[in-house]
Parts: sequence; structure tokens; C-alpha cells
Amino acid sequence: MLSSLLLVLLIGAAAWAGAQAGFYLLLGAVLPYSAVLVFIAGLVRRMIYWAGSPVPFTIPVTGGQEESLGFIRQAKTDCPSGASGVWARMFFEVAFFRSLFRNTSAEIQEDCLLTKGPRSIYSSSKWLWAFALLFHYSILLVFLRHFRFFMEPTPSCIRFLESLDGIMELGSPRFFLSAGLMLAALFFLLGRRFFNERLRYISLPGDYFPLLLLIGIAGTGICLRYFDKADTTAIKVFIMSLTHFAPVSPQGLSPLFFTHLALVCALLLYFPFSKLTHMVGIFFSPTRNAPNNSRRVRRVNPWNPPDQYFTYAEYEDLYREAMAEAGLPLEKQPDGT
Amino acid sequence: MAKLPPPQTLIADRPSFPDQPWFDTRPSFAPGNFCYPAKKETMETLHMPNPHEWDPAADDWGLPDDWERILCDAFAERLEKHRSLKLFMDICVRCGACADKCHFFLGTNDPKNMPVLRAELLRSLYRRSHSLSGRVLGKAAGARSWDKGVVKELFYYAYQCTECRRCSLFCPYGVDTAEITMIVRELLHEVGLGTHWIMDPVKNCSFTGNHLGIQPHSFVEIVEMLADDCETVTGIRPKTPFNKKNAEILFITPSGDVFADPGIYTFMGYLLLFHELDLDYTLSTYASEGGNFGSFVSFDMAKKLNAKMYAEAKRLNVKWLLGGECGHMWRVVNQYMGTYNGPAPANTTPPISPLTGTVFKNAASTRMVHIAEFTADLIHNDKLNLDPSRNDHLISTFHDSCNPARSMGLLDEPRYVLRAVCNNFVEMPENTIRERTFCCGAGSGLNTEEIMELRMRAGMPRGNALRYVQQKFGVNHLACICALDRATLPPLADYWAPGVTVSGLHELVGNALIMKGEGRRTMDLRQEDLPGVDDAEPEEPGEDG
Ligand code: SF4
Ligand code: SF4
Repeated sequence: MLSSLLLVLLIGAAAWAGAQAGFYLLLGAVLPYSAVLVFIAGLVRRMIYWAGSPVPFTIPVTGGQEESLGFIRQAKTDCPSGASGVWARMFFEVAFFRSLFRNTSAEIQEDCLLTKGPRSIYSSSKWLWAFALLFHYSILLVFLRHFRFFMEPTPSCIRFLESLDGIMELGSPRFFLSAGLMLAALFFLLGRRFFNERLRYISLPGDYFPLLLLIGIAGTGICLRYFDKADTTAIKVFIMSLTHFAPVSPQGLSPLFFTHLALVCALLLYFPFSKLTHMVGIFFSPTRNAPNNSRRVRRVNPWNPPDQYFTYAEYEDLYREAMAEAGLPLEKQPDGT
Repeated sequence: MAKLPPPQTLIADRPSFPDQPWFDTRPSFAPGNFCYPAKKETMETLHMPNPHEWDPAADDWGLPDDWERILCDAFAERLEKHRSLKLFMDICVRCGACADKCHFFLGTNDPKNMPVLRAELLRSLYRRSHSLSGRVLGKAAGARSWDKGVVKELFYYAYQCTECRRCSLFCPYGVDTAEITMIVRELLHEVGLGTHWIMDPVKNCSFTGNHLGIQPHSFVEIVEMLADDCETVTGIRPKTPFNKKNAEILFITPSGDVFADPGIYTFMGYLLLFHELDLDYTLSTYASEGGNFGSFVSFDMAKKLNAKMYAEAKRLNVKWLLGGECGHMWRVVNQYMGTYNGPAPANTTPPISPLTGTVFKNAASTRMVHIAEFTADLIHNDKLNLDPSRNDHLISTFHDSCNPARSMGLLDEPRYVLRAVCNNFVEMPENTIRERTFCCGAGSGLNTEEIMELRMRAGMPRGNALRYVQQKFGVNHLACICALDRATLPPLADYWAPGVTVSGLHELVGNALIMKGEGRRTMDLRQEDLPGVDDAEPEEPGEDG
């Protein structure tokens, strides 16, 4: 945890110092270009790596009633048997975190009056689901909002998102809800890892680092907008020049901007090598993306081992006498008849 | 078996989390917390790699000299074979949603029994050799190297997971720790590590056809005895067709139902039902094991044992297969059989119920139907004459076995049957049933005596749920559709909810079934007196037809 925090601070500080010292080419061109490249290439490579192994079996985890007899109602999305059902299941999984929505927390009483003995109670526990969803949707919104820096003219749908996001009409420039919510969700997710004993026990540096990095990104972003009152027009000119592969000198942009940018780049660089690949991995998950139709449609396993088993003929050879005595029908009678 | 502490103590005894991080702790092997190792001879007979004598409690497990290379290579190979493994190694975010979903964790409070950490045990090794960050940063990136202690740790926790998939249901990415456990067990078998309780049945299933190694003639004898018992209870002696060519249906059920109390009563239920329907079916002595202990060992072994089903369906020239009540058998039949040993033999056809004409479309390719689907269809079409009041002394609840529930979705068919044959049916709390069902605590080859305390711990969530409905609704009976459950739930019920009896679904069907020409029933299939008929005069068994 501490090391992750130090690392994030270090990246931020280095970027700040670099901007002060005028390493614009490095911070303003080399880093962003290579980060985007590594991000895309890394993710593609990861997907190719996964796809390189076959899915030998149909192994969905069934979350409800199978398709069976006509009078028994199938759970069409939790236990899909065809393509449309699988699409629906994946949609609910990706868009609404269906599985996480099931979350419960277990509590064990040593002595319950009702059961006159121990009792386990499972209560619905939606906090993780709620904050995870909040985080993912707010970062999506933030991400989309940033397209106003990448596109000229800013598409109307992005403007619409912006107005929606700033609906509280607070402050000047207007406060974007998504940024605040994202930060709040991040602190919740970080807090869990601190205060929940189990989470603390399982957490690795690789769990703290992305959270802190994202907090850094959100923090610097918010500062840029509300405190630094950064010159968005200049930023846009600079970013547009990057997207047109003709970078202009970013002189005059604040060091905080470069800190923000460097942290984003760090995230992009880190992404394909970390658990963050769950973003694309979820689509590959064989327990979710397969229909429960393995008795109806045969899956072929490319490495299916050769047939090798104790055959009936061998079995009969071994037990022929006894089988004959027990009156069992035989392929060959004892004494070779 | 050592005496178990009372339930309250068992729960209060759960230790708190250790102070050291999990990287630095290692399990201690004490009698009672590990399964006995497989015998060298058994492993040799089965041509398993690196067979050797070893003792989990000893320091030295006698691993082959190049164990590390074997394991690394085997792991790399599995990554190339299973996209699931690569993916599950990469995308877990350690959100912890799976943590308290595992019955082993709830019962032991051992942090490494949280599914996420169970998987991390392997994931940390993966990072070292298969990820850039792990190679460069080592421990800081959550990577660690193999050592013999790690091998022991993998063994310890791979056999404290019943491959129930409950964790996967709750995981936002569907990370399936059961899949990881299956692969870890495969890896361990590469260096000759396996358990007696699994490998012995595997050997028996391989060579005699059933897990106790009962030879064909004895098998027939036992079934004949069960048919005699049926006659004692109903006055009708059901047919017992064996190895009959050209039958319409090949019926395969776990052999536990032939040998073990209370499974035998379920088997009697099958016999009576099929007799009453005058079903053109056959049993097989060669494929007399529906259960597949190979699936607790490796994919290849599962395939090997499963192969007999289709081989026998082909030899006997049957039209389709009907499968009895079993959990992991149905995991294999539903999700693996077609792939392993399909396509189904050419002589088979998509299953159609000869009684109702219902086409079992969902089994069109594997051609194997679950008995609960079959019976539910019969009841729906009014083909059975049932008297559920014969089960009126039971207040029943239903345990969903993990495999049919989460790897098949067989939830409402057994309930439909149960409601038809039993007037008093109460569900356990909703977070412990259907797709969220809790394991019996001893699936996947862990139903062995030497780890009884561990089993009771792992069975705590199920046991508590049972206790709850027992106290609240007077439940005194637990129905299930799994042969392993029939072996594991009675001790679980005795411990957590004493007074609750356990039976298979078709035992209740057998009791409620009014057969043509049967005698007056005064006993149930267990030959226990039915309440309310004690003083009535027993009648002579009626004529057939
Ligand atoms: S629920 Fe899934 S992602 Fe979360 S910790 Fe468990 S396995 Fe990892
Ligand atoms: S599969 Fe079941 S036993 Fe294994 S880790 Fe998951 S919840 Fe626990």
C-alpha cells in the first residue's frame, strides 16, 4: 500500500519537475504516444494470448433453471441455452454487474435462540456492487467527456453528456458530478481494502496501485479544472495537434496538466500487464459467455485425448466364468463356444 | 474416528486470521486435516506418473528429482489447453466477493480457503513464470517461486475445495475456482500425489465397473436382493434386466445406490418405477458406475471412465440413456460427455419418452436424460398413480447438489417430482438453495472418514440451513438427488440437525407409487412401518395386472 502510494507520488512529482524543467518533448509527445501504443498493442496481445488457448469444454455456471420440459420455466438470461440468451446474460453482466448484484454477506451466530444452536445468516450486501457500478459509470462518463479535447467541433452528444453531468449547476466552471462520484467510489474501494480484514489480507500492491493512480488522475483533473483554471483552449489545441501527429510546443501549459497527463499515461502503460485487463477479459469468460446447451450441441475439443479405456471385451475376458454362472448374457461363451 | 466437538465449539474454535501475510504461512499437516495418500500399487495399475509411497504428515513427500520441471511444464501445458486457466490467472481483481461464499472458508476461517486465495496460490506461481511484472518485480508483484512447501500447500487446499462452483456464481467475471482446483489436482498427480479415497474407486471403476470393485455376479446378486426387498414391501417383484441387447433404454446410476444405505432405497424406487411403467430398459454390469471419480483426478481420467457409457450403449444397441440421481456424474454427462466421448453411438436416437411421447430436446446430442426430467414429465402427463399421503409422516426439504444446480440448472424438475410425491415440502433459506446452494461439504472425493471434522466444518452452512428449517418448520427429512449426498448428508444431519433423515428423490417416488396389483403397503421401502396402518390387517399381495 505504502509503496504503491509512493510510486504514484513519484510519478506525479517527476512529471511536475519535468514540466518545470522543460522536458516537453518527452512529457508532451514521447510519453503519450508510447503509452497509447503500449496500451493498444498490450491489450491486443493479451487477447491474442487468451484466444490462443482453446475452450475445450462448455462450462457455463448456470445461474438458474435450465431449458428442459415445456412446463418448466427456464431462467432465460441467468441460464441461457442459445445465442440471444448469452448476449442478454453478457449484457447484464457487463452493463449491470449481474453476478456482483447477487452478493451477500455471511454472518455466523454461535448460539441462536431459534435454532438452539449455531446459525448462519446471509444478508444482501449491495455496497460493493453499488460503488463498483458507480465507479465504472463515472469513469466512463469522464472518459467520454474528455473527447471534447479530441474532436473539433465537439460532437453534440458529448456536449449533451457535459450538460447532463453538470446538471447541478454548481460553481464555476460548472462542477461535474462524474468527477466527484468517481473519486468517492475510488475512496470507497480503497477503504474496503483498508478496513475489511479479509480484503486487507488478500490485497496486493497491484490492487492498491491502480486505485491510487486513479485517485491521482481524478485529483489532478479536478484541480486542473477548478483550482488551476487551466486554459482549456490551449490544452485542446495541444491535444488536437497530438492527434494529428503534428505536435505543437505545449509551452505555457501548467505543470499540473503534465502531471495529470503523465498519470494517465502511467495507467495506460500499466493496464495491459495487470488485473485491469478484466475490462476485456470478461468477454472471454467461459463460465459466462457459453450457452448451457452441452447436451444439445456437441462441442469439439481440439486436444481431445485418444480413446483409451477398459473395453467390454477385456472385461468379459476377465469375468466370463462368473458372469456365465450369474446367468448374464455373454458375447463369447466360456470354453470358447 | 475421533470424537467431534459439539457444533458450538466447532464454530467458536475457528481461529482468527494469522498475523503474517499469506505468502509466509504454510499449513501444518495433522491427522484429521488431510486425506490418506493413494497407494503406490493403485497408481501403478492406473499408469499414473511417478507413483510412490508417501505420507502427507512426513517432511519429505518423496517427490521425483525433477519435480519442479515436471510441474512447471505441466502448468505451461495446461495453460495452452484451457483458455479458462489463462483468463482466471489474469483477470481476478481480488474484490473479495467470492470470499464468504465458500463453505470451507465459513467453516474453517482459514484465509486460504477463501476462493480468491485458493486461486492466488497458483496465480502467484503463474506470475513468476508467465507474467512480465512477476518476472521483474517478484514478490512486489505477487509472484513467488516453486518450492516443496508450496507443493504441499497446493495439495492441502486443493483437497479442501469440493469443486462446487459457488464462488464462481458470485464472481463478477465468473472466475471459477473449481476449474483451478481441478487443474491443480491434475498437476499434483503429475508428481505422483493423489488421495486414496479417490484413486481406489478410480481403479475399481476402471476395471470392474463400479467404485467398490464388486464383481459382475455379486452386483447382480445385490440387485436381485433389492428386488426381493421390493417384493416384501409391495408384493411385486420388479424386473431386473441386465446387459440386455436391443433394449430401448440403458439406465446408469451411481453404484453407491446399489451398495450403500440409504442409496439402495432410491435404487428400489427406480426398480419399482420402471417395472410399473413396463419400461424396455436394461442395467449394465460393465457400465455399472454412473459416478465418475476420474473427474476428481484429471480430464483424461474422467474421459476414460466416462467412455464406458457410450461403449455399452453401442454394444447393447440401445436407443438412448437414462441417468440416475447423482451430482458429479451429471457434471460430467451434461458438460463433458459429448465432448469427451461423443458423438453418441450411431444406434442411438434423440431421446423420446415411450410413455408420454415427450422429446427431450435438451438432450438431443448426448442422448442422456436425467431421471428427474423423465419422472417430472411422467407426472405432468399423468402417467403415474401416486399417493403422496404415504409420505405424510415426512416434512421434507430439498438439497440442491452443487453440480446439477450450477453446472446444469436442474432445479425445478426435482421439486416438481417432490411436490407430487410428498405433501409437506418446505424450502431452506433462499441463499442456501437452487443455484446458490451450499455443498454437502464432502463432494469431489472428500467424503472420507479421516477428515470428518473438516467435513462437518465445511458442511456447516448446509447444516445450519437444515437446522433452521428443522426448528422452525419441523422438517424431519432431507431429499436429494445425489449418491454422494446420500453418503455425506446423513452424518452431516446427525451432527448439525439430529433427527433429520436423508433419502433420494426416487425413494419417495417408490413409496408414493401405486402399482398395478400391489399389496396394501404397510411399510415404506426401508421396511419401517408406515404410521397409521399399524393395527390394520395386512393383506395378501394382490394378483398382477
Ligand atoms: S470474486 Fe472473482 S474477481 Fe473477485 S476476488 Fe473472487 S475470483 Fe477474484
Ligand atoms: S469451488 Fe466451492 S469449495 Fe472450491 S473454492 Fe469455490 S466455493 Fe470453495
